[in-house]
Amino acid sequence: MVLYSLTFYLFSSVAVLSALMVISAKNPVHSVLFLILSFVNASGLFVLLGAEFLAMILVVVYVGAVAVLFLFVVMMLDINFVKLREGFLQYLPFGALLGIVLVIELGILFLTDRSSNIYNNQTPLQPIVSEVENTKMIGQILYTEYFYLFQICGIILLVAMIGSITLTLRDKGGVKRQNIDSQNTVDASTAIEKKKVKIGEGI
Amino acid sequence: MNYDIIITGLIIVAQILAVVVPVLISVAFLVYAERKVLALIQLRRGPNIVGPFGILQSFADALKLITKENIIPSGSNKIVFILAPIITMVLSLAGWAVIPFAPGWVVSDINVGIMYLFAVSSLGVYGIIMAGWASNSQYPFLGALRSAAQMVSYEVSIGFVIITVLLCVGSLNLSKIVLAQQTVWFAIPLLPMFIIFFISALAETNRLPFDLPEDESTLVAGFFTEYSSASFVLFFLGEYASMILMSSMTVILFLGGWLPPFDVYPLNAVPGVIWFTVKVIFILFLFIWVRGTFPRYRYDQLMRLGWKVFLPFSLFWVVATSGFLVYFDMLPN
Repeated sequence: MVLYSLTFYLFSSVAVLSALMVISAKNPVHSVLFLILSFVNASGLFVLLGAEFLAMILVVVYVGAVAVLFLFVVMMLDINFVKLREGFLQYLPFGALLGIVLVIELGILFLTDRSSNIYNNQTPLQPIVSEVENTKMIGQILYTEYFYLFQICGIILLVAMIGSITLTLRDKGGVKRQNIDSQNTVDASTAIEKKKVKIGEGI
Repeated sequence: MNYDIIITGLIIVAQILAVVVPVLISVAFLVYAERKVLALIQLRRGPNIVGPFGILQSFADALKLITKENIIPSGSNKIVFILAPIITMVLSLAGWAVIPFAPGWVVSDINVGIMYLFAVSSLGVYGIIMAGWASNSQYPFLGALRSAAQMVSYEVSIGFVIITVLLCVGSLNLSKIVLAQQTVWFAIPLLPMFIIFFISALAETNRLPFDLPEDESTLVAGFFTEYSSASFVLFFLGEYASMILMSSMTVILFLGGWLPPFDVYPLNAVPGVIWFTVKVIFILFLFIWVRGTFPRYRYDQLMRLGWKVFLPFSLFWVVATSGFLVYFDMLPN
């Protein structure tokens, strides 16, 4: 159990510290790299909870795909952070308000009597040893009890995807595109055109 | 003092070394084999000076590279520049933790083995993108951007291929995936997915014909142009170790892992680890053969292949396979 708590404190402290570095690092690329470190440590915490499927999904989706695109954009754009920080005081009250709301919510969660909770017979922060793999457990709940919510999530994602494609797709004139089918169907009879050129005139 | 923890720790370290050391040695011989096979394809002799048949050539090269001066460009972002090759190397070794070489021969037999491998291989892009950015130089940066786009694109079709295999197995555990192939290797019923997985593995490991990130005719050496000495060796080792890792993944998913081709006497007497090694060597030979045979893809063709050919096709096969399994009531448990 000593090893368990040691790894927990390692993962959580690195996650919190790197989250702090995300907002305090001067270089935006360093911020994104710290964000990735924070994600990886969060997935380590999921493994400690016994939720290995969620941990792997977190790494595959957020670290492997979302953060790569994030890094891509941040590297390509020339962001001037001194300019971005000019409005710091202007946004401070709003940020502080959000922070206070979050702290109050967490406080309510901790102070309320949780004996009425449906999960009260399971102690949290302990790996739940079970015969069924938690991948299967997620599947059994997701496709039965939460089936409609799951489908709605899918539709929302589809709408977002189509929306982003229509926003960025534009057909500028003058772009030459490669049409592989038409290239492959070319043969000697269509590729070469014979013309009789009169002397002294040209085509 | 509690000696149990120390003993368990020592056993874990011994297990890790028992996997990592053979992997690093096989990287050295893979580099030699690649040079030799390419030489034979091109009717040359290949390395033939160091040791018998030049077999120690890779070790001599490694020694030469490590003793050279490690140059860090003054305009680079030093910490990220040094971290990038280390991350590449660590990630290419981390995946080996879940690979089952034979029944029970696995460091960590976790439930979500295949997801872990997928996650580790998708993290591989960070080493490249960090190297390209930290070098603060045009060619490496272009190489890094190409690589990021390429690896994200091909990961999608690899994901669908893995889902198709998982539909037939009913578990994410790599040992169970191998055991599910006792009647027939998945390469036979899922042949199109096997081909897609192999081509995507070429793209994921930045091998020819998809080695656009290090395209030497246009980008000097791509993302590791600015690297020298030991940090270059780490990139080199990382690339070949992840090549062997992807081959092992192909073998486990499609070629029945440690299982013999037929469960008859002279074949099933051979130890599983030998079957596994033979199959991995076969896939690695295919990697090298492809390199010696095909010209490099153009970048827009690469993207077209990933998004417009492989993605719809593998998506169709996921639907077709699950439909088939449900209709004929063949879903596992």
